[in-house]
Amino acid sequence: MSIVDTVKQAVTGAVTGAMVRLTPDAPVDPLATKHGALGRSVPRVDGPLKVGGQARFAAEVPVEGLTYAALVYSTIAHGRIVTLDTAEAVAAPGVVLVMTHENAPRMAPPAIFMSNPRAAGASDLPIMQDPSIHWNGEPVALVLADTQEQADHAASLVRVSYEAAQADLSFDQARAQAHAPDSVLGEPARIAIGDAEAALAAAPYRVDLSYRTPRHSHGAIEPHAATVLWEGDKLVVHDATQMLHATQWTLAGIFGIREEDIRILSPFVGGGFGGKGLWSHQILAIAAAKLSKRPVRIALSREGVFRVAGGRTTTGQRVALGANADGTLAALIHTGVAAMTAHNNCPEQFTFPARHLYAAGSFLLEQKVADIHMLANTFMRAPGESVGTFALETALDELAEAMALDPIELRRRIEPDKDPTSGRAFSSRHLLEAYAKGAERFGWSQRPAPRSRREGEWLVGMGVATATYPYYRMPGGSARIRLTAEGAVVQMGSHEMGMGTATAQAQHAADRLGLPLERVRFEYGDTDLPPGTIAGGSSQTVSIAAALLAAHEVLVAQLLKLAGNDSPLGGLKAAEVEARDGGLHHKEDTGRGESYASILARAGRAEVVAQAEAPRPMEVMKHSMHSYGAQFCEVRVSAVTGEVRVSRFLGSFDCGRILNPQTARSQFRGGIIMGLGLALMEETEFDERTGRIMNPSLAEYHVPVHLDVPEIDVIWTDIPDPHSPLGAHGIGEIGITGVGAAVANAIHNATGRRVRELPITLDKLL
Amino acid sequence: MRFTINGQAVEASVDLRTSLLDLLRDHLHLYGTKKGCNQGACGACTVLVDGNRINSCLALAVQYQDRAVTTVEGLAGEHGLHPLQQAFIEHDGFQCGYCTPGQLCSAIGMAAEAERGVPSAVTADLSAGPVVLDHDELRERMSGNLCRCGAYNGIVEAITQTLVTGAAE
Repeated sequence: MSIVDTVKQAVTGAVTGAMVRLTPDAPVDPLATKHGALGRSVPRVDGPLKVGGQARFAAEVPVEGLTYAALVYSTIAHGRIVTLDTAEAVAAPGVVLVMTHENAPRMAPPAIFMSNPRAAGASDLPIMQDPSIHWNGEPVALVLADTQEQADHAASLVRVSYEAAQADLSFDQARAQAHAPDSVLGEPARIAIGDAEAALAAAPYRVDLSYRTPRHSHGAIEPHAATVLWEGDKLVVHDATQMLHATQWTLAGIFGIREEDIRILSPFVGGGFGGKGLWSHQILAIAAAKLSKRPVRIALSREGVFRVAGGRTTTGQRVALGANADGTLAALIHTGVAAMTAHNNCPEQFTFPARHLYAAGSFLLEQKVADIHMLANTFMRAPGESVGTFALETALDELAEAMALDPIELRRRIEPDKDPTSGRAFSSRHLLEAYAKGAERFGWSQRPAPRSRREGEWLVGMGVATATYPYYRMPGGSARIRLTAEGAVVQMGSHEMGMGTATAQAQHAADRLGLPLERVRFEYGDTDLPPGTIAGGSSQTVSIAAALLAAHEVLVAQLLKLAGNDSPLGGLKAAEVEARDGGLHHKEDTGRGESYASILARAGRAEVVAQAEAPRPMEVMKHSMHSYGAQFCEVRVSAVTGEVRVSRFLGSFDCGRILNPQTARSQFRGGIIMGLGLALMEETEFDERTGRIMNPSLAEYHVPVHLDVPEIDVIWTDIPDPHSPLGAHGIGEIGITGVGAAVANAIHNATGRRVRELPITLDKLL
Repeated sequence: MRFTINGQAVEASVDLRTSLLDLLRDHLHLYGTKKGCNQGACGACTVLVDGNRINSCLALAVQYQDRAVTTVEGLAGEHGLHPLQQAFIEHDGFQCGYCTPGQLCSAIGMAAEAERGVPSAVTADLSAGPVVLDHDELRERMSGNLCRCGAYNGIVEAITQTLVTGAAE
């Protein structure tokens, strides 16, 4: 970006900022405190389909004349292809096409994520357009055949030779040349308030610590897959995606076709966690379908997922805390470097928690990126906050120990009264209440002194850490309500990856419309529906809710018009009515109202359709909006082998109003369990000599299994945020945050050992 | 080749390299059985063969002719869902639903193994007969079925309620 652009953006930013401050808050959503379908543990609406094996995923769409794709992956990290011998593969039984850069159709590079609100590209590298190689594992050929077995076999017959170029693969070496990214998700890469280094040097209590966190893989049990059909000039993609409309727009740019000629369907996604975006496999499958004039299914092997769909990157972090004798912070320093490529835009925002969590006299928060020749890294459940809280929250535990303070008491003393770096008021923050409730329920007062509780060979300890994740609401989404005498269907091109979207939004629609739950349905997962926003940043629940709320306002206006003056509603304004009991009613005069069925019948209408776009998320510009939690962990560590078993876990959350306790509990638990993996076992092993991922399988990339997971207790404050739709916050990601630190702090309490590098495997404790 | 899938006789002509999993999914369009890793590491492809659980991705279809194969599509009875399926819904034993068919089939096979006295890695007495599915036994025996959404607590509750003798509801 040029300096002129930067200045222009700054000026626009200042004007917008002033306008934002003058804009009044939206009224509190009446549903934020109302109990109806919302607030109840409604079972998932797609439960019977899923337990019956009838939910159809992307690789499960039957198509006549289908061909199956297999990929050949580069074996060098940087350089170029010198020779490509495909003759044997082409001649193999059942082979329909062998596609390489020599015959692939011309395609524009994907528009990289954040370059446009609709851009979905994980990287802006051209895909199979030339002989150049940018990471070890980059697809160099795609084989199409009549069966998967034939395609896999033929792929093994493609011979490729390379000329390797110098590759930057060592994180420690690349760190020396680390540079600031243009921004960190639109926020500055560096925030300095006061002279934090001087304040640290002068503080009576200090910790100054280094942390390392490894690469992680999303590990969704459904491997990435797409079923692709060209119907004339129109493209249909059955995809496993958490960004439907963004994928549609981005594919239009890559293939030079109109958005309206592309339809993406994704009714079920077998786990996403940030990983189910637009990678090269869908683009290559579309290209191969175009070239072969046959429908194509590409279902990545598990190894393929590791080669072409990126995960969380590695970080090196420093946390330095200077404390005054009264337990307040004089200095909070959180800096570090994340590995990234020169072609993507995902700097793992590990300094974000420190920007909003605690009061301090001075701050230095800065993150840089180191360029590595690797597969583009991407967002994975709480990118940044997951590994950032590991560093920040273990450093706080060390400071508390140095000051002989209870770690929860330390957090009480550094609780801020406003956002410490932006100065904005918190919209809803009850972290200390979450700590108090959690501590009582978990029995925190029983925490032993370090390495003082032993049961046989097992050392037992307890740890605690703060969880936090921002509130995001994505702009640009629209919802449509189709109301008939029988009920209502709400439509929005949004996503269901197991979060319970369809269930929670059906609950929402029921309450918004005043209809029983069984008479409403939420339709999603198709770009033919009004545009949804991405299922990312824990934003989808409120993004859909805001669009539905807007569509409902349009609906009420239409219904009042249809009702006319002959209705008991005659003469009433929208602000005077509310939806309940299957119709519209005067807010105070309970006897005055008319059912939807009656309004429609008198107007001679079968249905009323209302659609509207959600208003811009002004609330996030006016307030500091975050979710919080306190994670409590008890571990047992073998004094003989160093094995760590998590014996108890409690998450106590403050995430606005909880819409469906059962599905919410599952999401919190799921995040916590992924956090246990982060703490104790997960690492995508990257060979710094070759750039090859060495454990591309679920046998060698270890995720928590049944026996690793105790009964996880989850509680919440359930205090609605007055500034968010439904009073709700997204809860998909906060669960993983703070878990690494809670486990590490518990291990210290059990053993007296501090481990500052994840995962905390046996070898690090022996 | 002749197969018996969910009590129905089925004929199919497939490549000898075809796994039982690919036979079910790609040739018979029984997509309920899931492919998660195709190398026996995740358990999503678990089916029952003569009542025993196997990873169908590691089984060649040709070897399973004339054996009774039961997939998730065959668990429900005349009167609706199998009690375990119903319990998965009640206890929210899934989120995305992709590992679910494997968890269901695995749990049914697992309970039968315990009943027969088949030991696991955590069984203390290998000759004690039927195994009581306590905390560790149940979880150890289900540990071959990965759930990345982290629905383990709900899965264990559903299995305990449905398949563990004497367990309190």
